[in-house]
Amino acid sequence: MPTTDFIVHDKADTVGVAVVENIQPNTTVTGWIMETDETITITALDAIPLGHKIALADITQGDTVLKYGHDIGRAASHIGKGRHVHVHNLKTKRW
Amino acid sequence: MARYEFSGYRRENGRVGIRNHVVILPLDDLSNAASEAVAHNIKGTLALPHAYGRLQFGEDLELFFRTLIGIGSNPNVAACVVIGIEPAWTGHIVDGIEKTGKPVAGFSIEEHGDIATIANASRQAREFMQWASERQRERCSIEELFVSTKCGESDTTSGLASCPTVGNLIDTLDPLGVTTCFGETSEITGAEMVCASRAASKEVGDRFLQVFNAYQDVINRHKTSDLSDSQPTKGNLAGGLTTIEEKAFGNLQKIGRKTTYIDVLKPAEAPAKGPGLYYMDTSSAAAECVTLQAAAGFVVHLFPTGQGNVIGNPIEPVIKLTANPKTARTMVEHIDLDVSGILRRELTLDQAGDLLIDLVIRTCNGRLTCAEVMGHREFVLTRLYQTA
Repeated sequence: MPTTDFIVHDKADTVGVAVVENIQPNTTVTGWIMETDETITITALDAIPLGHKIALADITQGDTVLKYGHDIGRAASHIGKGRHVHVHNLKTKRW
Repeated sequence: MARYEFSGYRRENGRVGIRNHVVILPLDDLSNAASEAVAHNIKGTLALPHAYGRLQFGEDLELFFRTLIGIGSNPNVAACVVIGIEPAWTGHIVDGIEKTGKPVAGFSIEEHGDIATIANASRQAREFMQWASERQRERCSIEELFVSTKCGESDTTSGLASCPTVGNLIDTLDPLGVTTCFGETSEITGAEMVCASRAASKEVGDRFLQVFNAYQDVINRHKTSDLSDSQPTKGNLAGGLTTIEEKAFGNLQKIGRKTTYIDVLKPAEAPAKGPGLYYMDTSSAAAECVTLQAAAGFVVHLFPTGQGNVIGNPIEPVIKLTANPKTARTMVEHIDLDVSGILRRELTLDQAGDLLIDLVIRTCNGRLTCAEVMGHREFVLTRLYQTA
């Protein structure tokens, strides 16, 4: 089995979580979708720290970001596939 | 199932504890000094100093009384000495604990002073301690166990693996008749409809939503941008959690995939509907939540952490687990179970759940948790509003 670099909860999710400590920009990373037990690969465009999120598709500003198959907030700017997703481009819809 | 038995202390009311503490319980902040002096005199006893107990009123006072009586009544406590500044409220706490049938005695400081009170309370504590030292563990079945859970300093590994490990344990133990409890009302924000759908009936789900909305009212009344970096916390953010919604879905993994909760408890309220999973309205601050669950009679706690919360509780052993490999490596003395193998796909969730059950049984049998050997005894009372 190849090293799992990131994990995705649900097939519908638009972000995955890095589970290795040093994902570098412009490297191909392997992900495991837990719900369906599928393996996917994408190219990381940013450094992704352990536990941080990577975009699995292009996400338009204002779109809902999905994780666990559910709404975890809205994209505050356009997020390209392979980009780091965190407080700079994802905001809560609450509080 | 034979492998799910444990050895515990059966108390006078039939409930089973996994520790055998003699507690010196101050009624109020003014009685901390005398309580600590008694615990210093009588080796093996445990003082529980705290900041409150004066000029509280109404529902806030009821919660305070319920918490202190609940802590003294917890089956992990063999016997209890209560010390208060004045006799009336001291007697109220003693009367509440006495309903369990366990040895309890109260001492008040007014008209005696600290020195005489400490002497009298120490004599009583000496008797209780030697009596407690002869209590024996006996074989108990798993359905006599009360298990609570709360997570803290969470990160994305919590939602991926350590919280689902607790969920796997609850899904395994719920059909066996174990009593379990989760809470953290504010940290369900974003996942509240999913949480409501996990209630055993629509009536219970509606009561959860009432409690949830009441807490939202408190937050909305006082809120600041991103709640002043309190939700998510700085630690959550460093660990990759971005929004309260994301944190909430990770948090909710602790109740497993199929278990439903059968009742909604007030803070520190003891479960009264038999075995099953209970939701308790609690703060999301770790020590407040665990203290409320200990006061409701839960005897062992499961605490998934991501970035590394070091919490313990004086009377309810806290078992900490993490799936963050860096935390498991850098904070090894605080982590009872490392489930980071799930992230490397070396460990399945079912295997992790079984490892956690095994650790719970060993803890019940007497294995000290990391928090116990590190001396973490966070005892934090929840307040509802200002003092009179």
